[in-house]
Amino acid sequence: MKSTLLTIAAAATLTAGAAAASTLDDVKAAGKLKCGVSQGLPGFSNPDDSGKWTGLDVDMCRAVAAAVLGDAEAVEYVSLSAKDRFTALSSGEIDILSRNTTWTITRDTDLGISFAGVNYYDGQGMMVPANLGVSSATELDGATICTNTGTTTELNITDYFKQHGMTFELVALENSNEVVAAYGAGRCDVFTTDRSGLAAERLKLADPDAHVVLPETISKEPLGPSTRAGDEQWNKIVRWTLNALIEAEEYGITAANADEMMGSDNPSVKRILGAGDNDYGAALGLDKDWAAKAIKAVGNYGESYERNVGVNTPLKLDRGVNSLWNQGGFLYAAPIR
Amino acid sequence: MTTTNEVDQEPERTGLAALVYDSKARSLFFQGVLAIIILAMIYLAVQNAAQNLADQGKEFGFDFFDRPSDVQILTTFGTWLIGYVPGESTIFDVLKLSVANTLILAVVGIFFATILGFLMGIMRLSNNFVIKGFATIYIEVMRNIPLLLQIFFWNAALRLIAPGPRDSGTFVPGLLQYNTKGIYGPFPITHDGFYLTVIAVIIAIGATIAYGKYAKKLQESTGKQSPVFLVSIGILVGLPAVVFLITGRPLTIEWPNFVSEGPMLRRGFERGIGSYIAPEFMALFLALTTYTAAFIGEIVRAGIQAVPRGQSEASEALGLPGGLTMRKVILPQAFRVIIPPLTSQYLNLTKNSSLAAAIGYPELVAVFAGTILNQVGRAIEIVAVVIIVYLTISLLTSMFMNWFNNRVKLVER
Repeated sequence: MKSTLLTIAAAATLTAGAAAASTLDDVKAAGKLKCGVSQGLPGFSNPDDSGKWTGLDVDMCRAVAAAVLGDAEAVEYVSLSAKDRFTALSSGEIDILSRNTTWTITRDTDLGISFAGVNYYDGQGMMVPANLGVSSATELDGATICTNTGTTTELNITDYFKQHGMTFELVALENSNEVVAAYGAGRCDVFTTDRSGLAAERLKLADPDAHVVLPETISKEPLGPSTRAGDEQWNKIVRWTLNALIEAEEYGITAANADEMMGSDNPSVKRILGAGDNDYGAALGLDKDWAAKAIKAVGNYGESYERNVGVNTPLKLDRGVNSLWNQGGFLYAAPIR
Repeated sequence: MTTTNEVDQEPERTGLAALVYDSKARSLFFQGVLAIIILAMIYLAVQNAAQNLADQGKEFGFDFFDRPSDVQILTTFGTWLIGYVPGESTIFDVLKLSVANTLILAVVGIFFATILGFLMGIMRLSNNFVIKGFATIYIEVMRNIPLLLQIFFWNAALRLIAPGPRDSGTFVPGLLQYNTKGIYGPFPITHDGFYLTVIAVIIAIGATIAYGKYAKKLQESTGKQSPVFLVSIGILVGLPAVVFLITGRPLTIEWPNFVSEGPMLRRGFERGIGSYIAPEFMALFLALTTYTAAFIGEIVRAGIQAVPRGQSEASEALGLPGGLTMRKVILPQAFRVIIPPLTSQYLNLTKNSSLAAAIGYPELVAVFAGTILNQVGRAIEIVAVVIIVYLTISLLTSMFMNWFNNRVKLVER
């Protein structure tokens, strides 16, 4: 099954239009944005009861679609395993990969893709059944660990155990639902992935309260959207859309008041919304109100966060390091000016 | 006669017209056009790939083979064979490991699928209603359910029947124990001088073959039958046993160690002691074997039915008992019909093993075309390597089966 998929992917690399026009032109011509998402990760990219994709990563795609096409619904979602995601992007199967993907130097330079920014600062954590009586990751010598194949978690866990002189067995599965099933059935003692992922996947277990997340965060996992390497314009569109959503929160622009804020006296707000003579869209190949469209579609970063993963959602993730820079977090978007 | 000649007569043509109506020239022309189209397509594809790679700043090459591989991989046969250590082994070692895992699955699967398949095929021809019914139901159920579904079924079923990770159940009394983490059994540890026993086994096999040939000659010339089976067993067991005892029994058996006390995480079978089979291997082995056996069963039934009824009647008339009729008269003739489609099934089983990726068994597609492809991002090179490996395995299998086919053919006099 997978061999065919990969062969198709390779074949796609072989045959994808060599003299391909820019991704922006392709997206405009097709009238829709092809967005690579996960196979179902609550809060980040997950189909709801009616089959509509929702989540923080999905909002990124919706925002770009709104900025480029003026319609947040003009997105075609392609569900990808961790393993297949990069090939899908570099071969042109998707236009943007927004799938809780960690930004690393290897991926940015070797895989034929370019990252556009960070929309969630995460770190790798570990979850164990509460009845194991383990309270720290340093007690896990000899454990069997389940994780997703094709992820940075696969490498981090090896590093961590080597550093601490411990041994372990790794069961690497392709589908994240299979990982949860294997962990739930007792095939593994430990389930490791990004902390946000643990919070999400935990909801799929029979008794979520019978499992504890260990205190250690063993890696930095800056998650963000990426685009195909070699198309700088498209990468910049995604990067600045993300920046616009973060800046919007900083200046108090929301989905509801965006139109009203057009008449604001604050020059920063006017620059973001493209009000008056401000036109930063032209250089990106977009309309002057591109950011306003994105904000109206998904809200500012804070709205999107609270709606998808915040404390009032089942994931119950507080803002923590994902707060704005002036509120003690890491979110510091380059200014639109 | 005369009428056909009249029809065949062609009007005389010269120059280009003659060339157009010349069937040989015409076919050459079309073959040439086809060849040019194919070459052009290949050229375009290569050109395109090169252009796309250049656009993405990638280069074509296999230099990544020497890079160290940091990934931990599930302990299986391949890990043991290659001696894989994350961080020290290279990506090429991972390729070897994953090929070994594919091969062991294929070899073990083919072996048991053949046995089960022949059994089912013969059972389906039985006169006993129950036996025949069982084989029919087995074959129809197994070959009509998609293999991937069967793999998921076995994987889930093994987890359901197996005791929890801190318990143990008996799989084969006195030999193998199991829980959700795998099957645990004894592991032989050899000491100095064990190679003598190995040599003794080789000598014993040689002696058995020689004795078999001698006995056959004797029977052909004098008609006297020798107790081949008993003598062979005697040689095969006796000689190595004597050498083993003389050299001071240079072998100890390491049994799995079950820990039932101490911290919860430590309980269960201790890792790295005794031999170990991953449950993923077991699920795949069961799925591939039972699935392929159903197809082999049908091939065997067809092969046996292709042997004329007169053959078994003649054999009966000579007074040969049923089992001997099957072994000496029917099967050798049926083999000629069975072998070619059987080869296809062997190839299918090998290729189907790539479905292992779905449940996390570290074979070629899962590890090399999966994890490694993800780490190094060389899609074209890696997929090419995977194709070449599968092609090589398939061609070698075909070569062997063709050789066997020719041997079986030669029996005919």
